[in-house]
Amino acid sequence: MFSQFMINAWEASTIVAVVAGIVGFFTVLRGSSFAAHALPNGAFAGAAGASLIGASTILGLGVFSLLGAVGIAILGRRARRDVATALTIVVMLGLGSLFLSMSTEYAPEIYSLLFGEVLGVSSNELLPTAVIGMICIAAIIVLYRPLLLTSVVPDVAETRGIKGHWMEFAFLLVVALVTTMAVPVVGTLLIFSLLVSPAAAARSFTNRPLAAMGLSVVLALVTVWSAIALSYTSNLPIGFFVGTIGAVTYAIGRGWTVRRRLTWPAFGGASLRP
Amino acid sequence: MIPASIGSAIIEPGFFSSAPVQVALVVGAVAAVVSGVVGVFTVARGQSFAGHSLADVGTAGGSAAFLLGISPLFGFVAMNLIAAGVMELIGIRRRRGRDIATGVVLGAALGLAALFLYFDTTSTSTTGATINVLFGSIFTLPSSMVPVIVALSALAIAITLFLYRPLILSSLSPDLAAARGIPLRFVGVGFLAALALAVSLSAITIGAILSTALLIGPAATALRLTKRTGFAVAAAAVIGVGATWLGVVLAYDSYYWTPSHRGWPVSFFVVTVVFVLYLVVNLVATRRASGRRTSAPEAR
Repeated sequence: MFSQFMINAWEASTIVAVVAGIVGFFTVLRGSSFAAHALPNGAFAGAAGASLIGASTILGLGVFSLLGAVGIAILGRRARRDVATALTIVVMLGLGSLFLSMSTEYAPEIYSLLFGEVLGVSSNELLPTAVIGMICIAAIIVLYRPLLLTSVVPDVAETRGIKGHWMEFAFLLVVALVTTMAVPVVGTLLIFSLLVSPAAAARSFTNRPLAAMGLSVVLALVTVWSAIALSYTSNLPIGFFVGTIGAVTYAIGRGWTVRRRLTWPAFGGASLRP
Repeated sequence: MIPASIGSAIIEPGFFSSAPVQVALVVGAVAAVVSGVVGVFTVARGQSFAGHSLADVGTAGGSAAFLLGISPLFGFVAMNLIAAGVMELIGIRRRRGRDIATGVVLGAALGLAALFLYFDTTSTSTTGATINVLFGSIFTLPSSMVPVIVALSALAIAITLFLYRPLILSSLSPDLAAARGIPLRFVGVGFLAALALAVSLSAITIGAILSTALLIGPAATALRLTKRTGFAVAAAAVIGVGATWLGVVLAYDSYYWTPSHRGWPVSFFVVTVVFVLYLVVNLVATRRASGRRTSAPEAR
């Protein structure tokens, strides 16, 4: 399990889990799960397009996830956010189906982009993953306070001169970066699960932002490490384990919340939500 | 004579006599009508994410059905009804909680889809299963499925019409609806069931992922055209059918004018038509609104 070719898998998935845990905290806090699903899934079209013209996969993913973030932000000025996101993902996937029909790429390749091929990560993919991951974490550190304010108390943020729609756009750009970093190594499904489930579970256990963020990173690491170990021993796809473990973690978190609410009703209602 | 020659200039020969095209036109129209009707409420209730997720969730059912050797439609319907139930069960009615509940259900279901698709590809060696389930194939639908699809569509529309008035009220103002004694939970579950049926149908016709286009695109466009729900529902259905048929025609024709003569996918054309229409209507509506504002400033 810890042989030479598995080392890349462990390292890549660790980087992805740390970044996903941190960014996931804000994804859950802002209610941006749809964007976290739409950008990786839509950017898949970019990978298909890149393979068509012979460009690198990571470039295609980067361009398409940035275009997706811009699309959601622009459409979102005139429509509801969920409608804007839905229209953006649909257009990107429409292009994806066109690119796929034009290419001679065969299905397993697509399957690996969608569901991840973490066991096949090569060592020269590690450096870009690590660099982009660092940029994501740096961006979250810089944006930490304004992001937190616009997510929890938008009115207060507005009076302090923080523009909500610019913070939304900045956050979408971070998700686009996470997409570019994670899709080549773990696939679209895995990065989405890692952005939502650990952070959602962590919020059930604590209301303090930094503690929730730390717990979310820990849960993401536990999820991805045990998924790799189980996938290695059982020979079943890793996406299945990440999805299932994520759902179970969330269920435990919800159970904890309900129990706490029943035991100490006075504290149960307290929450980060306005 | 003249209309026929114009027709043949737009529509390539053999279009209407081709059996797959006939099935595609009928099934596409049925799915578009259902998606349009249900879509207006999906957009009004802010449940686009649930609508899109159900399409993806359905792939788990679709791939399981493929494994069992039954029609993917039944897999889609069964899986979507289960997922809709779970979403409602854990999905707190607050908008942000719903977002997370939808996300977690989607993540778990996609994990299952990965598992079933893995079994599909290893047990049958037909790697096409992945693509078939994810992107759909309107031209390869057997005509024997048409009655089933029509029956399920009728059921989805019947649920929506039955819940019509409470749905409008609970979409616009949940508090007012609760004060009037409308059972919000019952209305929510009923609507999610209709949504699950509608999404399963469009997932079969233009593919799981792209069914969102027919659900959200025409409805969002219609709601920009009119604020009255009845009109919006009718307009969304008409736009959906128009976009689907235009998409089928263009995809059929594309075989003749694309360089490699391989034809471009229906889903690409449907999505493009839907999106361009949305942008045009949005532009016109915005222009009209700003024109009104500049011509009658004292009215404000």
